[in-house]
Amino acid sequence: MDENADGPVEEWVQSACVLCSHGCALDIGVRDGRIVGVRGRGGDRVNRGRLGPKGLYGWQANNSPDRLLHPLVRRDGELQEASWDEAMSLVAERSRELLATKGGGALGFYTSGQLFIEDYYTLALIARGGIGTNHLDGNTRLCTATAGQSLKETFGCDGQPGGVHDIEYCDTILHVGINTAETQTVLWMHELDRLRGPDPPRSIVIDPRETESAREAEVHLAIKPGTNLAVLNGLAQQLIANDRIDSEFVNRHTIGFDALEQTVSEYTPERVAEICGVAAGDVRRAAEILGAAEHLLTFVLQGVYQSHQATASACAATNINLLRGMIGKPGSGILQMNGQPTAQNTRETGCNGDLPAFRNWQNETHVAELAELWNVEPLQIPHWGPPTHAMEIFRYAEQGSIEFLWVSGTNPAVSLPELHRIRSILSRDGLFLVVSDAFLTETARLADVVLPAAIWGEKTGTFTNTDRTVHLSEQAVGPPGETRPDMEIFLDYARRLDLRDKDGQPLVKWSTPEECFEAWKECTRGRPCDYTGLSYDKLRGGSGIQWPCNDEAPEGTERLYADLMFPTFPEICEDYGHDLQTGATSSEAEFKALSPQGRAILKAAEWTPPHEWARDEYPFTLTTGRSVYHFHTRTKTGRAPELQAAAPDAWVELCAADAERLGVADGDLLRVSSPRGTVEVPARIGQLREGVVFVPFHYGYWDTGDDAGPDGRPRAANELTMTIWDPVSKQPQLKTAAVKVERVT
Amino acid sequence: MKIGPLLAHLRELEKALAAELRAAAERHRDEHDVYHQCHTFALAADKRVQRLEPLAGRYDRRSEWTTAVGDGSDDLLLELRTLYLRAQEVATTWTMAAQAAKALRDRDLLTLATECQPEPEVQAKWFTTRIKVGAPQAMVLG
Repeated sequence: MDENADGPVEEWVQSACVLCSHGCALDIGVRDGRIVGVRGRGGDRVNRGRLGPKGLYGWQANNSPDRLLHPLVRRDGELQEASWDEAMSLVAERSRELLATKGGGALGFYTSGQLFIEDYYTLALIARGGIGTNHLDGNTRLCTATAGQSLKETFGCDGQPGGVHDIEYCDTILHVGINTAETQTVLWMHELDRLRGPDPPRSIVIDPRETESAREAEVHLAIKPGTNLAVLNGLAQQLIANDRIDSEFVNRHTIGFDALEQTVSEYTPERVAEICGVAAGDVRRAAEILGAAEHLLTFVLQGVYQSHQATASACAATNINLLRGMIGKPGSGILQMNGQPTAQNTRETGCNGDLPAFRNWQNETHVAELAELWNVEPLQIPHWGPPTHAMEIFRYAEQGSIEFLWVSGTNPAVSLPELHRIRSILSRDGLFLVVSDAFLTETARLADVVLPAAIWGEKTGTFTNTDRTVHLSEQAVGPPGETRPDMEIFLDYARRLDLRDKDGQPLVKWSTPEECFEAWKECTRGRPCDYTGLSYDKLRGGSGIQWPCNDEAPEGTERLYADLMFPTFPEICEDYGHDLQTGATSSEAEFKALSPQGRAILKAAEWTPPHEWARDEYPFTLTTGRSVYHFHTRTKTGRAPELQAAAPDAWVELCAADAERLGVADGDLLRVSSPRGTVEVPARIGQLREGVVFVPFHYGYWDTGDDAGPDGRPRAANELTMTIWDPVSKQPQLKTAAVKVERVT
Repeated sequence: MKIGPLLAHLRELEKALAAELRAAAERHRDEHDVYHQCHTFALAADKRVQRLEPLAGRYDRRSEWTTAVGDGSDDLLLELRTLYLRAQEVATTWTMAAQAAKALRDRDLLTLATECQPEPEVQAKWFTTRIKVGAPQAMVLG
């Protein structure tokens, strides 16, 4: 069992880790009312007692001396301490004013991938059912919007097909744009058990960088950034051309094969080699390995989701398993991974641009179910269009039609693209900005009202990892200072706004996390993410449990689609689908005409060049990504001494050949510039493609002395990235931007 | 026979669409999705013009219809509506060309028209999608 505690522990309290999407079960060690350590839970299905570096050390952030302990309000331009009543009165007053004069569309909410189900579901009800705004999204838009969207395109509904234990049964692993060694370390340990053990699976990695995962692979396709779809089309072309597809499965359980075959037919290994900058022989070898697999497991993450043609590429990865008929069986599956620990719940509860419990905004019956559950009129719930995505919320704030924005548990002033623009939007005079967080983040520094939040370990709630495993996280210590859990903050807000249902009763009918969880269960009843078989008691003591968990599957469900029946029925599906190239939405009639009726939908698209390609003035392609030691914008991990010491500052990685050409040595300060901004960070000579540079996205300015922006040395990767998003999933494209690189003399 | 004039007209329509898309992209460059999508659509229109070139030579090239490049609008929704109509006009004209090609047994033209027709139609569908998303906010809070 992995354990790290600072001295003796008086009590161990059940929880799970909130520092990546693997969601390892752990116990929180408590002494004298203080968190003093963690240990892995050996009996849990997800991690069997293992923990990664962030999990082992990240808990120290809870005890950080610079926690926000009191509400702050802006007086005479300065954030100053205030009472909860004063702060919440300001928030409620501004909301009421706007509701009366402009309507719900003037209010927006931007939440997180870090909160619990109970926080999210409360917010979803308040925003969608109470205020009636369509402007509610999460930072999961940057993280796994594409995972969810691609599953909707292929299977009609979100829901992770595979489970982490498929690693034990697979004979081949295809990694597309994922470096598990840094993103999900415990999953990587699990992989290494197999890769370094007897009868290892064959591994293929598609990634522009020679990552740890790539070094362990039999074939590494180090493609140019922005060419995922071309290489995936190429792999499908080879499988079809070499007759390595499971025709019976394809005929019985999918639709769309003919169009796919036609689309991929031109992506021969030679053409792929030309587009992607890899050897044609390597494309052939990878396709041979995939073609020989009997149990293929496919992993996909940000290298796809934050890239050009994100949804089309994620679907193309899933298509490979479908062409091979490898889904729903032990070792044969797909993990369209999540990034953040509770991103799955943002998606499920309706905080990430969907209606709660995977309901379809275009389906009037789904909206009516929700309205009945909430006891509001169906028209009260905005469903005239897809819920507004984050980049559009910020655009409305820029234009001034959103005048109230509440950011909870996230830090857009560092994590969104083109930061000079985001900072100017958040600082706009006409925008009333509310931030709830545990720390005075770069975003909180720009707020009008800052609300101090109690976090993991200080509140009780549930969350769901990337393979649908639900964990209970119990309160281990009291909230420090005057901090409050996000759910309580939202409940206070609903009371102050006096939000009511259609019978005049209070809209939100719960006051404790457990009551909220019970209400959430009802919301999921009969939906693909059915939680009705779960309860706090059932989650206590043993292992986490995977949804769907209901009367038919009381112990949960290891993998979806074992019966090869997919939720592509018009009355069930979460989405009627899109044109992958443009994002044009399909109507109910179009979906019905397609008539998938329980079959998966093979969707294909042509590769197109990225919107910004390296060129004369900006000859390098920038890709951004993470370090194993940090999470998101380091709000917590930067306050854990060991993690901070392991990766204290940003850097730019370039290959030896490029370094030599530029006359750069390891550690030299470099200026990296795009048409949008500049960073100045030390060089690190690494293993990646020529012409590509890498900057980690974690680093902002809270610990550099710059108040909320780069007045000194800019180092946030998103100073450089561009404002552009995938047309289908609306996920910002953070992995391809043209830059120039110079030495700072 | 009017197939020659029709193809000449189609070229002019495609060129007008491309020009209008580019102008719209620049007018609305702060609407980042519109900006990029319009430029992408314009490139696709250029390609269709190129593909039409060798076939247009087969027939009389005088156009009998005039095509004016529109002025566009600073109002995003009106702009999108105009582009929707133009894209739909182009798609329908390709349908006319495909029908004529069948009667003429011109296989090359039939293949070309069959391949090209869906593209402006999907573009039109995207404009509808974007109008649906943008209209509530612009009309109620704009």
